[in-house]
Amino acid sequence: MATLLQQYERVVGTEVIDQLWQLARLLDGMHIVHINSTRAGGGVAEILHRIIPLKHELGIDTTWETITGDADFFQCTKLMHNTLQGNRIDIPDLLLRHYENINTENATRLKGLLEDADIVFIHDPQPAAMIESIPSRKGKWIWRCHIDVSSPYRPVWKYLRDFVRGYDASVWSLSEFAQRLPHPMYLIPPSIDPLSDKNSDMSEEELANAYARWEIDPDRPVITQISRFDRFKDPLGVVRAYRLVKDFIPVQLVLAGGGATDDPEGEEVFNEVKASAGDDPDVHILLLPPDDHRTINALQRISDIVLQKSTREGFGLTVTEALWKGKPVIGGDTGGIRLQVVNHHTGFLVNTPEGAALRIRYLLKRRDRLEEMGQKAREFVRENFLITRHLREYLTLVVAITNENRDRIELL
Amino acid sequence: MGEPFAVRDCALIAIATGQYANTLTELRDRLEIIPTSCIYYHFWGGLLRPKFDNPEYQNDFAIWAYQGLRDKSLAERLALIDPSKYHELEDLRGELIDTIEERIDESEILPWMKATQRFYFVRSQTVVFDTKVRLDTPEELGEHIPHMSLGSIFYHFIDARRRPPWGRDDFSHWVSDFGDTYAELAEQISIVDPYFIALGELREELARVFSAHASQGGE
Repeated sequence: MATLLQQYERVVGTEVIDQLWQLARLLDGMHIVHINSTRAGGGVAEILHRIIPLKHELGIDTTWETITGDADFFQCTKLMHNTLQGNRIDIPDLLLRHYENINTENATRLKGLLEDADIVFIHDPQPAAMIESIPSRKGKWIWRCHIDVSSPYRPVWKYLRDFVRGYDASVWSLSEFAQRLPHPMYLIPPSIDPLSDKNSDMSEEELANAYARWEIDPDRPVITQISRFDRFKDPLGVVRAYRLVKDFIPVQLVLAGGGATDDPEGEEVFNEVKASAGDDPDVHILLLPPDDHRTINALQRISDIVLQKSTREGFGLTVTEALWKGKPVIGGDTGGIRLQVVNHHTGFLVNTPEGAALRIRYLLKRRDRLEEMGQKAREFVRENFLITRHLREYLTLVVAITNENRDRIELL
Repeated sequence: MGEPFAVRDCALIAIATGQYANTLTELRDRLEIIPTSCIYYHFWGGLLRPKFDNPEYQNDFAIWAYQGLRDKSLAERLALIDPSKYHELEDLRGELIDTIEERIDESEILPWMKATQRFYFVRSQTVVFDTKVRLDTPEELGEHIPHMSLGSIFYHFIDARRRPPWGRDDFSHWVSDFGDTYAELAEQISIVDPYFIALGELREELARVFSAHASQGGE
């Protein structure tokens, strides 16, 4: 059985893995601790489930701990999450005091580990306040923000900022998200894992099953948007773009996303999209369980073009996933989509349903360009947005932060 | 024969400065005060980031002038600034500001027009480390190039131009120490233009130059 590193080596090449070994050597003797709030579910846990074993294989002494909390604590951190993404809701003081108490309890439980660690990565707001309870920390503490904080609700950000400013550094996914802080604010975009269920290769049989299961005609083009039913993702704009194309080409549309029943607005948007699609048998609106990764993978693979027509977007990992599958992406000209969709190379950036329709027609007509852009898209992700690049940047950050804060660190 | 060729590698990490510009005037004002590491990142850091075979503009300032301000004239002028010609980043900063001010003087609207997207100033930290690989002959170097990381290619072929001997890459400089037999090889390496290709393609092109020399019976 090949080791994880050997499996990645087949995807990214020997020299990329060699470089990880070289960087790991510079961290010899260090103990790194990662803290987040859960081992299951969500993008952070997904990333850590891969990054931690990779670090172990590279011989880096790494520990992953999660914090424990009750329903009130997670209600508070959910509110924090939403407000940092722009919702204007005040969090009651009582909940904030509870948040602090739970952080203190967890810090007390993990005190020895946290005091001795050379590097502590704290992921997202849930464990951010732990730093206050570890005054005699020996190592460097880094706060990793995975959230889109481009327009936070200020009162909540100010509250959290009081904890975050005590860290030695922070890490953000995009420069648009980074807030003013008195320490280095590293920029590390997220990544996808090419070996995960969501991204690994699929057999022809699995793809044939996907056509049959969702009653999609394999002989006609398919355009797809994978996203929550959220107004910022503009699913109604996608339906409109589809209609504009349909007048010329017998295209099929798939709109697929996670369940929205616990989100009143999501349900409302879902119903609007259903109404907008009417009884058109070529529009497939699919509500999928959040962990149905193989289905998402198959839907992306059977598509000719993938859309992400968001009007506001964090990084947009669904874009990365589609590009990795060799699909050009027609995406909204916003946020992290701009980093990934390069006009005429990996897809097109658009601002309106009309713009999206035009580009869909162009690519379906010009199959040669579609194929060429798809190939470029895959190589683009291979070089820039796979987990190995993510890990390289984490390792580089650790080397940088444990040396003097100079522009150039020469370890020769 | 002198010292063996010591293969080094580098990894660059980006750091947000929290500074941004919404207009050309703001860009000019921020350029006066930002650290030179920002200038380095926005000119050179791009080479370690995604790149395609026919990029319209070569540095982040030119790209923003085109995409954010929709000003092709400025974008073209900024794209023409070749960072390898400036030994000091302060000189490069000066050239950048001069170019922008020239455009500001030409237009009444442009200096105050709000861009469709902000320009975020980013600086970088570069970690340079020794791979412990040592190569004794130009032939060994040629054989090793396809196996070098993109960081090594960047360090030895591009970043090298900012170290003494100024403007020269490490490969041609080292090869030229082997006498006249390798003068042609050194020349062929030095004329490879890294500015319009991705680092992966640059690695392939350098490997081809070494390989062509070897097949012609070069020693």
